[in-house]
Amino acid sequence: MSTITVNGKSYDVDVASDTPLLWVIRDVIGLTGTKFGCGAGLCGCCTVHLDGVAMRSCQVPIAAAAGKSVTTIEGLGERGLSPVQQAWVDHQVPQCGYCQSGQIMAAAGFLSQNPHPSADDVTSGITNICRCGTYNRIKSAILTAAGGKDGVQ
Amino acid sequence: MIGVERGEFLKLSGMLAGALIIGFGEQGCSNQSAAPAGSPLEPNQWVAVRPDGAVIVNIAKSEMGQGAATGLATCLAEELDVPMSSIQMEFPVASPAYADPDFFNLQMTGGSTSLQHSYPVMSQAGAAARSVLVAAAAKQWNVDPTSCKTSAGFVSGPSNQTASYASLVAAARSIPVPKNVVLKSPNDFILIGKPSARLDLLPKVTGQAQYGIDVRVPGMVYASVQQAPRFGATVKSFDASKAKQVSGVIDVVEIPKGVAVVATNTWAAFAGRKALTVEWTPGLDHLDTDELYVQREDLARSRRGTLVFVNRGDVEAAGGSSIEAVYKTPYLAHAPMEPMNATAHVTSDGVEVWAPTQNQTQAIGFAAKTAGVATDKVILHTTYLGGAFGRRLVNDFVTMAVAVSKATSRPVKVMWTREDDTQHDFLRPLSVNFIRGAVGPNGRVVALDHVAVAEAPVASILPLQKPGFDPSQTFGMADSGYDIPNFRAAYTFADAGVPTTTMRAPGANQNSFAVESFIDELAHVAGKDPVAFRLDLLKGNPRYATVLQTCAKNAGWGHPKTAGARQGVAFAVWDGTPTAGIVEVTIDSGNPVVHRVTVVADPGLVVNPDIVDAQLTGGVNFGLSMALLGNITIKGGTVQQANFDTYNVLHMMSSPEINAAVIPSNAPSSGIGEVTVPPMAPAVANAIFALTGKRIRTLPFIGA
Repeated sequence: MSTITVNGKSYDVDVASDTPLLWVIRDVIGLTGTKFGCGAGLCGCCTVHLDGVAMRSCQVPIAAAAGKSVTTIEGLGERGLSPVQQAWVDHQVPQCGYCQSGQIMAAAGFLSQNPHPSADDVTSGITNICRCGTYNRIKSAILTAAGGKDGVQ
Repeated sequence: MIGVERGEFLKLSGMLAGALIIGFGEQGCSNQSAAPAGSPLEPNQWVAVRPDGAVIVNIAKSEMGQGAATGLATCLAEELDVPMSSIQMEFPVASPAYADPDFFNLQMTGGSTSLQHSYPVMSQAGAAARSVLVAAAAKQWNVDPTSCKTSAGFVSGPSNQTASYASLVAAARSIPVPKNVVLKSPNDFILIGKPSARLDLLPKVTGQAQYGIDVRVPGMVYASVQQAPRFGATVKSFDASKAKQVSGVIDVVEIPKGVAVVATNTWAAFAGRKALTVEWTPGLDHLDTDELYVQREDLARSRRGTLVFVNRGDVEAAGGSSIEAVYKTPYLAHAPMEPMNATAHVTSDGVEVWAPTQNQTQAIGFAAKTAGVATDKVILHTTYLGGAFGRRLVNDFVTMAVAVSKATSRPVKVMWTREDDTQHDFLRPLSVNFIRGAVGPNGRVVALDHVAVAEAPVASILPLQKPGFDPSQTFGMADSGYDIPNFRAAYTFADAGVPTTTMRAPGANQNSFAVESFIDELAHVAGKDPVAFRLDLLKGNPRYATVLQTCAKNAGWGHPKTAGARQGVAFAVWDGTPTAGIVEVTIDSGNPVVHRVTVVADPGLVVNPDIVDAQLTGGVNFGLSMALLGNITIKGGTVQQANFDTYNVLHMMSSPEINAAVIPSNAPSSGIGEVTVPPMAPAVANAIFALTGKRIRTLPFIGA
């Protein structure tokens, strides 16, 4: 039995201790905004915040998340859209949308570490995969969320 | 586009009686609030106007990122005269009522056809609804309906009477619905042609959009299937004793495609599968892609078994300075971000399926056959699709979920891993293109002779009309409108037992690499500028020439903006949309780096310019990913790539600056979702030649 806090709410979960946080969030707690893309920490679809830091939840065993505070895409926008989500709306970023929860969580985590990034900082800092090819709008949206105008600093 | 006899499809077409059931089981994906008292106005299967003023639009095409749902709703809203804010879109339960008469009467989404096929349907549906609302108002006011006007959900009469659509719903329900209503003139469009927000945007930035993977139904269990490690192998025997000891594992069952581990959650199913031991029969144990390239080049050069589909003039007698070249493109996995999955529940009454599918008609047929029920006993819910690119036209993942549910008598979600998704894809074919061509004394192309050898990927979706001939695999060979007096194009069917299906810009994403690289080679022989050389070939086709000229102008042809870069150009016509691309490339550590891409297309009438821009730019990134990185190889009958560390795809770091534009037009809309893919590989190859003098004729460019 592990206890984790997700979006401010505490959960006792009874799963094998090596179960990745991703599957606890999705299958046990039932929050499905966090996606499965590769299971190997390569694509970033499953990105959540663990104690405020962006992490790929498919690589975090539940035992390592016990006692910590997890924020998912559902928690990021609990009081209306977060600035990053609003930038995603302004730039109409998503196409299929499947990777976008992870992209948004990665971007929010990135901006909390680096609030005033250059365009090059964004391209080297965001390694999540998008197969629809929304990269150009993602970059613009992150720069907008950082306070720039339409992606131009 | 693809010629097939309709009768053959009707046999395939699993059909169910067509009540509109909206929603997704207990979770519900509908954002519809509880329906108020009073029935809605439902003049046809596409739209319902509720007494509270909400307009429900049924989207029968799958939304996989291409924006079709928003586009189709816009067409309907335009003719109904309602603001987009009143629209609620729903993905209805699959039904013959949603079959596409322009797509072999299938309910299917592919070939960038959604808007072209559904524009008139959705426009008529909205116009018909508007017509009965106007008639209801006119009757109340005792005026001629033609004296009434509509705007933003209201009817107004000749003496300034006004009534909301909501207030007219009850009266309008009894008015006969007209057919073939006169549609608006493009000059009167309020919504079409202007950017409007995607209707699927908010659910996709808040994590609320329901994909196949997100389906949860009462009592549902989770399964992971061990499929054959080699093509053609089947289960000989298996030992489930260790798997059954894994915490959370409920059951282990054999199904036709492998062995399924059923568990209380996805991870437990994955863990149980790792503990499984399966013995397999021999399969295609000697299958090797290196050998396939050799075999297919021999087939191409010998013309053995080839089918000529265009032949004008006499390519053999043309004369001129001739050259020849062989181009090779690999198998590719589609790799949508959402791995394959489906949820199924087989009961004594039939089977209910929830699936992210592009091909509802086939899904119903497969589910019925697997469950052993009639097609009218299948209820199919379509979810959002987490990418597709052609992969979800083939419903093997639906068959699998139904088989596991049948074997366990439970509702079950079958989830593929990324490794499963890569290694058990229906791949983009492996092709070899052999081209000969000649330039005459006037510096023009006098002959082109092209053979393409590849699988017939469409056969996984539709029966081929002519055995051994897949029209999709000829796309890009004879579509460019080039004036070449002696021209022959032929396709040779090759099959190695590798499952294939179409992938974004099928045929053209391989053939255009060959054709547009070769045209560049001929331009070099002629000593001509590559853009001028192509414009000369397009003299008789001003529409196509305008696209190329505009692209050259927008890109600053001849004057790359990136220091040390050279430009490459390519032109292709896919699905009726002429598209040109110009790239700026440098070489870093021996590998090409693409810095800037300029694309111009002429897709006819644009419903939503912002979505068109998204498709054009997304297609550029997708095409570059294919050209630079995409590669599936097979050794010993096994796909050598598995996850994103071995199957490489484009990251933001390698995504270029993209400038996309369209030629303004009111012509009927043609495809937009795939058109920027074909020019990418040849444009990069041509830029590499401009930089280095070296022709790269094998894809991918990096790490091949």
